[in-house]
Amino acid sequence: MAEIILDGVRKSYGKVEVIKGVDWKINDGEFVVIVGPSGCGKSTLLRMIAGLEAITQGEISIGDTVVNELEPSERNIAMVFQNYALYPHMSVYQNMAYGLKIKKIPKDEIDKRVQRAAEILELEEYLDRPPRQLSGGQRQRVAMGRAIVRQPAVFLFDEPLSNLDAKLRVQMRLEIKKLQEDLGITSVYVTHDQVEAMTLGHRLAVLNGGVVEQLGTPIEVYEKPATVFVAGFIGSPSMNLLDAELDDKGGAVTLAGGAKISLPEPLGAQGGRSVTFGVRPEHLKDIGGDANSLRLSLNVRVIEQLGADTLVHGTLGENGTELVARLEGIRAMAPGDVLDLNMAAKSIHLFDSKTGRRLG
Amino acid sequence: MIEHRPIITVLAHLTLILGIAIVAFPIWVTFVAASHDAVRMTQVPLPMWPGDQFFVNLNKAMFEGIAGAGGIPVGMMMLNSLVVALMIATGKIVISLLSAFAIVYFKFPFRMGFFWMIFLTLMLPVEVRILPTFEVVANLGMLNSFWGLSIPLIASATATFMFRQVFLTVPDEMLEAARVDGAGPMRFFWDILLPLSRTNIAALFVILFIYGWNQYLWPLLITTDASMFTVVMGIKQMLESAEQTTEWHLIMMTTLLAMLPPVVVVLTMQRMFVKGLTETDK
Amino acid sequence: MLKRVHYGSSILPFLLVAPQIIITLVFFIWPASQALYQSLLLEDAFGLSTEFVWFDNFADLATNKLYYDTFRRTAFFSVSVAGIAMGFALVLAAMADRIIKGALTYRTLLIWPYAVAPVVAGALWVFMFDPTLGIFAYALNVIGVDWNHKLNGSQAMALVVMASAWKQVAYNFLFFIAAMQSIPKSLIEAAAIDGAGPVKRFFTVIFPLITPTTFFLLVVNVVYAFFDTFGIIHAVTQGGPAKATEILVYKVYNDGFVGLDLGGSAAQSVVLMIIVIALTVIQFRYIEKKVEYS
Repeated sequence: MAEIILDGVRKSYGKVEVIKGVDWKINDGEFVVIVGPSGCGKSTLLRMIAGLEAITQGEISIGDTVVNELEPSERNIAMVFQNYALYPHMSVYQNMAYGLKIKKIPKDEIDKRVQRAAEILELEEYLDRPPRQLSGGQRQRVAMGRAIVRQPAVFLFDEPLSNLDAKLRVQMRLEIKKLQEDLGITSVYVTHDQVEAMTLGHRLAVLNGGVVEQLGTPIEVYEKPATVFVAGFIGSPSMNLLDAELDDKGGAVTLAGGAKISLPEPLGAQGGRSVTFGVRPEHLKDIGGDANSLRLSLNVRVIEQLGADTLVHGTLGENGTELVARLEGIRAMAPGDVLDLNMAAKSIHLFDSKTGRRLG
Repeated sequence: MIEHRPIITVLAHLTLILGIAIVAFPIWVTFVAASHDAVRMTQVPLPMWPGDQFFVNLNKAMFEGIAGAGGIPVGMMMLNSLVVALMIATGKIVISLLSAFAIVYFKFPFRMGFFWMIFLTLMLPVEVRILPTFEVVANLGMLNSFWGLSIPLIASATATFMFRQVFLTVPDEMLEAARVDGAGPMRFFWDILLPLSRTNIAALFVILFIYGWNQYLWPLLITTDASMFTVVMGIKQMLESAEQTTEWHLIMMTTLLAMLPPVVVVLTMQRMFVKGLTETDK
Repeated sequence: MLKRVHYGSSILPFLLVAPQIIITLVFFIWPASQALYQSLLLEDAFGLSTEFVWFDNFADLATNKLYYDTFRRTAFFSVSVAGIAMGFALVLAAMADRIIKGALTYRTLLIWPYAVAPVVAGALWVFMFDPTLGIFAYALNVIGVDWNHKLNGSQAMALVVMASAWKQVAYNFLFFIAAMQSIPKSLIEAAAIDGAGPVKRFFTVIFPLITPTTFFLLVVNVVYAFFDTFGIIHAVTQGGPAKATEILVYKVYNDGFVGLDLGGSAAQSVVLMIIVIALTVIQFRYIEKKVEYS
């Protein structure tokens, strides 16, 4: 059990800086998910915690120990790799026991731990088999078993579910979540998957270009994205982001298409600037809406019926900005229709066009 | 195949059978010659059908050899060949595994320099440096020894390249997982890399055993002591003796014995042999 | 080349490469440099004095008609061996490629000569063609051909070519059949649907597609004929009669070990090294292409 502290951590390959200063404290027993587009540095960050990449600058501590100079095996961590990295010539049992054997842990203790892990992961029948005889999900479990038997202070997961098919991924996601809750071991989990990002962790870190854009609970990140990037990255389909002008008093915005929307809570001092206006597709409604709600009219172009929902793609005005709305249920409409949409004031997000930071 | 044309298929079979007959004919002749006595082997035309002296000749060749060619028992020469072939094959594999491991998995000064130095050996077959290499071995006092017969031949660019290729296909995560598990470099080499390469090692062993067994020019140069002769060079001695005394039945028996081990290895380990041949390119 | 994930420097990698490097230095690079050096020396017949003569030995080679003859002979020998071995193997491979049942049995029966040592192959052939006893010499006599490769240079050359090609058929067959079987079946089927018969398919689809393998084998066969046939020639003809079968490698050995012309032999070695280097470069430039097939 341990907390992880990252203090001004940077990583460069030659002149290219891929991690541009990360400061974090991950609490004991916490499950943190790092999410970001490919190439954002999320795997690099994880591998630096693991000790597989050198740290260019800054300090990483696990528990009370600065681990910068320690070998991976000395950091009291366990890692689950994207392609599982099981030793193909060893049986499931040997795979799990290998690290313990190197540590010279007594045989009966090794046996106890492996049996226990196999029990937790329902792998008892497979202990004598080589990895190639297992299904993807089973291999994934062996990889986790190898991590569990080490009884580490920290679990590190590097996109562990990305090689599985969709159905198995849902199942394994639940298993990982439950396992982490049961064992209570501090965990860092890297993914590019929206759903894993939202559901797995206590906290979510959105990484972009080597910078942490936001660190918060999944709901915080969803409800109050700190930057335009986070707003566009979290949520599917993505948030509608429109260019707009905020008036001097900060009381109303004018969209590029000409539509004017007055804000329920004026932003006052922050007025008089170009902004990015954001609203999530699922927060646009075509029915109801009270006197306070804000209105837009959408020229429908394409309709996607998903069964549970209907995605309506259209433009504001004849040839204005593109917009997507996600309406509940199956809707009868056709391209060319004009749709009246409204939204609650609290579902509006405003970002500074220049800095990309959230306003208000 | 695609269309059903029995005539073409029959033709294909016939061509192949004819091809095999042509390829195998010299062996038949050899086998027949090895099964007759000396007298019959001086009468033209030579027999085309086996005689009844095969085991008599076998016994004589194995344990007595040919008097006119020094009378070295073929059994002893075969034993020498076996030792040399095993030393060469094992030596090549061991030093190539180690150097490939260093070159692929370590970043160290002169790494590429070493690589090119090994590469250079590919361009220096023994045939082009006969005299000076002989001098080196003579100066080291390695003439007429198993060391002299094997060590100068065990540097291998092809084996190093093959293992390098094999190691490069091992996923990076294997090493990372091993590091997380606490395995140091040699432990990783021994526990992970070697088991993962074992089919390649076996395939290479087949090829190198044949290579070692069939060495000719090198043993010819550095052995003068009859007790160190290998069977392949022994044949040459016998051919020379054939100019004076005609003991073709024993020479052909020796020829048969000289090709038996490598041929048996190829035929019994055919899959490994084909793999080894196609993966080392040469 | 280097793994993305690797170990840092320490004494260990040096220890790991040491055996290979030491052997390379002692038995390859040092002797080769000695050969280079000796090629610039002239030693008198008794080995009493040596003189540094720069490139005189090479100049001697360049003006020596006998050396040119050896070159021409080697070229003829190599082309003949490569042509016969590859042609024979190609025909057999094309036939075996058509056969579904028993293809492996045929392969087994065809590949074993690879394992036969060159000098052993020489012994087999010299026995069959022995002028007084050989079964073929006898048969040729019956049909009126007077066979004596110990006296007739052309016959001697024919004999070493046959023996050398015989041994190399296995290797060529193996690579040809592997290349043919790696051609996607759908391609052959498409050609069949386009109306190409088996023969036409072979020449318009299969043969063009295995060109890289053919080229690779050509280089390998030339290298084989240049260097690995020493044992065959040594056993069958000793380069004779009257140097009719003396190829470059044999001449290096003969001039150096038998004739004791150290400088001249060393100069020839250097020429051979250059040839090996050229062939190796050709082979390696081309390896990328070949990979697709193996």
